[in-house]
Amino acid sequence: MNTLKSCVRLYFHYVSINIRSIMQYKTSFFLSVLGQFLVSFNVFGGIYFMFLRFHSVKGFTYNEVLLCFSIILLEFSLAEMTARGFDTFSGMVRTGSFDTILIRPQHEILQIIGSKFELTRIGRMLQAIVMFCYAVFHCNIEWQPARIATVFFMMAGGMAVFTGIFMIYAAFSFFTLDGLEFMNIFTNGAREFGKYPIGIYGKKMLFFTTFIIPYALIQYYPLLYLIGRTDNAVNIFLPLCAVFFLIPCYMFWRFGVRHYRSSGS
Amino acid sequence: MITMENVCKSYRVAKRNAGFKEACKALFHREYEVIHALSDVSFTINDGEMVGYIGPNGAGKSSTIKILSGILTPDSGTVFVDGRIPSKDRIRHVSQIGVVFGQRSQLWWDVPVIDSFELLKDIYSIPNHQYKKNVEELTQLLDLQELLRSPARQLSLGQRMRCEIAASLLHSPKLLFLDEPTIGLDAVSKIAVREFIKKQNELHGTTVILTTHDMQDIEALSRRIILVGKGKILLDGGLEEIRKGGSNIDETIAELYRSFEIQEG
Repeated sequence: MNTLKSCVRLYFHYVSINIRSIMQYKTSFFLSVLGQFLVSFNVFGGIYFMFLRFHSVKGFTYNEVLLCFSIILLEFSLAEMTARGFDTFSGMVRTGSFDTILIRPQHEILQIIGSKFELTRIGRMLQAIVMFCYAVFHCNIEWQPARIATVFFMMAGGMAVFTGIFMIYAAFSFFTLDGLEFMNIFTNGAREFGKYPIGIYGKKMLFFTTFIIPYALIQYYPLLYLIGRTDNAVNIFLPLCAVFFLIPCYMFWRFGVRHYRSSGS
Repeated sequence: MITMENVCKSYRVAKRNAGFKEACKALFHREYEVIHALSDVSFTINDGEMVGYIGPNGAGKSSTIKILSGILTPDSGTVFVDGRIPSKDRIRHVSQIGVVFGQRSQLWWDVPVIDSFELLKDIYSIPNHQYKKNVEELTQLLDLQELLRSPARQLSLGQRMRCEIAASLLHSPKLLFLDEPTIGLDAVSKIAVREFIKKQNELHGTTVILTTHDMQDIEALSRRIILVGKGKILLDGGLEEIRKGGSNIDETIAELYRSFEIQEG
């Protein structure tokens, strides 16, 4: 328990030093935030204009799609903000600064996610929050405690899934020495797919995103419960199951670290 | 006490001939060459010793340092540092050692040096009084008063190196690895760094292992020299033994390299 507390404290120390670093470059910070906001706004525009022509997609209304997308975007930006260190990790392996992480008496993952806390993602998050509020007001959802809990579970599960994918992405660089662009299909791609409830992409896709990379667990199933398409209480807790996705990701990561330490690449 | 017995370490390095065509070929079929960074290296270093670890580029100096600091796992052989196996017991091991990589910074670039120190305090869980005492002592010995409040990026190389060395000693390690600590420094900084290392050894009995190409470092600091070439230990003895007659030490070493036929090219 004590060690957990000191880990959390250390993490926040890292966050604070990151923010202090960012503050050295004010203009760059504000421009990036604005950029992030506008890019996401663009996507929102895409959905908006589509629904000007079609009023529903496979029975999902505009507001429901918006709710779905804003939650995914919120999860993604939260995960990106905290686990961004994994994203830039390939550079660490190439330049050898991973060595300086290994000579510190803390877990390497704590140090890596601490090495970069991307506050500029707050732009994307703001956009997500605006959309989320809009959708909540227009969706006519009855917000009982169970539904509110579902939203929080979706956040937790979503952050876990995206963090896991970032972790796999980083672990690949132990073997290839470089980030793999194809992994972006699963990170940025998932965010884009996530605009619409995954069910509309068909059975095969749903199977893949339920059992292989559990996007559907954090998006489609709990969404059905949120908007009242199903009363099955299992859907509330499915997003939490997605947290187990972190286990294979972590195992792959450990495998990568062992490879690094024996090959010295 | 450090003991290395019959340690071997080899890497696989991809090789190809020059040219675009060869690069394309290497994409599909890669030829590897096995490089023996260390073959059958054994030595013992006692507490409080200052050892110069020298050899031409690519001789295996860095590999040795990396194995001793737990970054790399040796292929075979046994390594003990104060009873610990560095690669097995990484976190416990690295909390007792300090490492300075001359060509790699461990300070945060954009924040004042003292902020980096504060973070290290949390990383190593250094008790308050010990931290305060060490910072005071290091500030005085390395003349850091003016530097601690400037960001690392604004320091000159010599100033930064002094800060780096201080950073690696905040947790009072019993063992200090210095990988080319005087590389690129001007005469004044070099002398300051040497004086300090000597003092640290006298005051705290810190064991120092130093790799360098600067023979004056060796002359000023170490009684004992270990010479490696092509992954083997060629000579392990006192400074006097190597000098043999008092000629210029650079020439003596060059002569040694030539006589062992380990100089590249």
